[in-house]
Amino acid sequence: MRLLPSTRSFASSRIYDVVVVGGGNAGLCAAIMARQSGATVLLLEQAARDLRGGNSRHARNLRVAHRMPGRYMHGLYLPNEYWEDLIRVTAGQTNASLARSMIDQSAHVMPWMAQCGARFQSLRSGARRPSRKTVFLLGGGKALLNAYYLTAERLGIDILYETEVVSFHFDGGIARGVTALTGGAAATIHAKAFVVTSGGIQSDIDWLKRYWGDAADGFLIRGTAYAKGQILKDLLDQGAAPVGNPAQWHIVAVDARAPKFDGGIVSRIDCLPLGIVVDRNGRRFHDEGANIGPERYAIWGNLVAQCPSQIAYAIFDSKIDGLSRPSLYPPIRAPTIAELAAKLALNPSSVMATVDAFNAAVQNTLHGKSVSPGHTEYIAPLKSRWALPIDTPPFDCFPLRPGVTFNYLGVKVDQNAHVLMTNGRESPNTFAAGSIMAANVLGRGYLAGIGIAIGTVFGRIAGREAAYYANSGSHKDRAPRH
Amino acid sequence: MQTPEAIKTARRAIEICKACRYCDGYCIVFEAMELRRGCTAADIGYLANLCHNCRNCYYACQYAPPHEFAINLPKSFSEIRMDTYRRYAWPHPPDIIFRRNGVAVATFTALAIAITVTLTLMLRSPSGYFKPHLDQAGFYAIVPWKIMVSVAGAAIGMSLVSLTVSLRRFWRDMGGGRIFNDRVIRVLSTVIYDVLSLRNMGGGEGHGCNDRDESFSRARRYCHHATFYGFMLCSASTIVASVYDHVLNWRAPYPLLSIPVVLGTGGGLCFIVGAAGFGLIKLTGDPSPVSRSMLGSDYAMLGLLLVLAGSGLAVLALRDTAGMSILLAIHLGIVLSFFLLLPYSKLVHGIYRTAALLRAAMEREASK
Repeated sequence: MRLLPSTRSFASSRIYDVVVVGGGNAGLCAAIMARQSGATVLLLEQAARDLRGGNSRHARNLRVAHRMPGRYMHGLYLPNEYWEDLIRVTAGQTNASLARSMIDQSAHVMPWMAQCGARFQSLRSGARRPSRKTVFLLGGGKALLNAYYLTAERLGIDILYETEVVSFHFDGGIARGVTALTGGAAATIHAKAFVVTSGGIQSDIDWLKRYWGDAADGFLIRGTAYAKGQILKDLLDQGAAPVGNPAQWHIVAVDARAPKFDGGIVSRIDCLPLGIVVDRNGRRFHDEGANIGPERYAIWGNLVAQCPSQIAYAIFDSKIDGLSRPSLYPPIRAPTIAELAAKLALNPSSVMATVDAFNAAVQNTLHGKSVSPGHTEYIAPLKSRWALPIDTPPFDCFPLRPGVTFNYLGVKVDQNAHVLMTNGRESPNTFAAGSIMAANVLGRGYLAGIGIAIGTVFGRIAGREAAYYANSGSHKDRAPRH
Repeated sequence: MQTPEAIKTARRAIEICKACRYCDGYCIVFEAMELRRGCTAADIGYLANLCHNCRNCYYACQYAPPHEFAINLPKSFSEIRMDTYRRYAWPHPPDIIFRRNGVAVATFTALAIAITVTLTLMLRSPSGYFKPHLDQAGFYAIVPWKIMVSVAGAAIGMSLVSLTVSLRRFWRDMGGGRIFNDRVIRVLSTVIYDVLSLRNMGGGEGHGCNDRDESFSRARRYCHHATFYGFMLCSASTIVASVYDHVLNWRAPYPLLSIPVVLGTGGGLCFIVGAAGFGLIKLTGDPSPVSRSMLGSDYAMLGLLLVLAGSGLAVLALRDTAGMSILLAIHLGIVLSFFLLLPYSKLVHGIYRTAALLRAAMEREASK
């Protein structure tokens, strides 16, 4: 890595063509693309080097359209199917032209990613489960970021860590500079064009409280603690057009013992359909068998968020041993339901009453060791699938809390990733990519691997367009490009 | 040796790895982890000995320090491996041999040199000792052939017996079972390839290890190849020389361009390049995935390899001078030390890793 003079001196001594705000996947894609397009680039990352990369650190996979089976994905996933999946999960809350173009371009990003050092899990290697719609990053998002940072350094992109951008300076819709805090001092950094990839607002607990009140204290944040949305709020305050629903959150049920921030993928609790889930009062509140697809994570996240004290308890018996994925923490275990309840500081008689009523309502059979998934009758709520009596000790519990993945508020962008203003015009030299604009495409719901897809596609567009603007100086006269 | 603590740390890490699986595809460890549901001390020992310490998983890990989970699989596994070497060593040595392995190896080697030098001095008159020996008897004028063969044979034999006992115990703890069965035959070529090519230091897609930091490199793998194949060349040289001497009746010393000298010289140079390269990588690399308590044994092994090769080359270079006798005595002392220390130095990793690779290949075959 090149050594840089202190921000204050170099910021006044040099004007970069492009300044990228945020060092996650989208920021690195933008920075590398801008540099490859001939621009001089400075990347500002709020975190220290060890924690760089925002939520991309926790990324697992990338959803890409493809027309034939390959080394990393089997079958095919045509843009139309991708589009249908997106329409289904967002219930139509997407910008069709942006989404269509994102999907089309997703089919072409992998060779470029590989050139920049990205590696993928091969279908042939190891015990990887087969995948058709997404490609898995070898080593995950942090490995991807390491590769991108190495590429960025090699290309001569300057990088400043522990540098938090707090505000933009606009002049008639054109960004002239940003104020950044670095080394305990504020500095103004000028550039010809800016790319904002500073992520969402989900780690700002005060912001959470505006919508959830004190319940927010019981929430865990699955990703980086740095995504407080400082720049998102600043841009919206300065007239950028919002997109998405600020009152909507992607929340999944996570292990209550997980860290407050950065628990990532392993904190997610996988096996809820196999047992029962009770609240703090020892009562069931939802049909555990109703959802067994990937949408169940978010459904349970929202249910737990609405529970008293934002906590719930998933209870199993030993019949399900070996049926669920290994978990972050071992379950809390006890020989009887009463002792389990006591360990959880729940009222033992309430939990026992719930379990007894549930067991009595189960209509199913158990043939030796093979389980026939049953259902319950005459009980509210019903358990429509996978109902088995909870009667074989030892008994296990995973305590659950809501784990926030992201919020749906963002800035509106156009096809070229320009930030759009509320007056309907674009800022000619301000571009956005990644989580800060993901709601343009993903207005609600979630599809595995779509975050990295949006960040990669729009990061590349933003970097290329920012470099083009900086190099040409005149944006308005040029012919539309594709 | 804080075994329970090391086991606890490794178990916690493996539990998180099993829930995460982002590293599937880096190496055989993650595949083997997936095939074993349990996480007993024996499972952990098996996985730790499969680990080639390439550190791909450390730099990729979203839960590596400073994350509060502080997952550091290479470091945990290297501590567990050291414990394997201690636990299965036979005859069982005092704990200090492994706890202060660097000091133990250095002391033992110095003693071995002192003994061989003293003994050879006693065998020859001092006046004959410091004269050039290009006479008929050659090297065997310093140490008679019978003594050389019987001492070396005894040392190698003891090591082989010791390693066999250790290996049997390790194999039993990994899950036991007959070593020779159909499944072994089916996977044998894979395992030989894994051992000879160090495929698991390929980073899954062949782009290499994280030798010094998060950038990829093949330096450590090549250093290992240099050391391993250097050892093979030296062994080949010795075998060819024995054939020359006892079958063909060609007496040493052999000309510079003879097969034993070329093989031995090449092997010695490979040894030096490999061991020095290993040392350089260790000295300049990021220390965070390294367990400080392992450094002593690492440097002792590298030091032993360096003096072994260095003294051998010195004998060759100075064989026509008055220094030859003492250099040969020193070299033979180091060779003796090398073989006797085999079960008690880090060099022993070879047998455990090979056994673990065989086990992993068998379990993969069984899961198909």
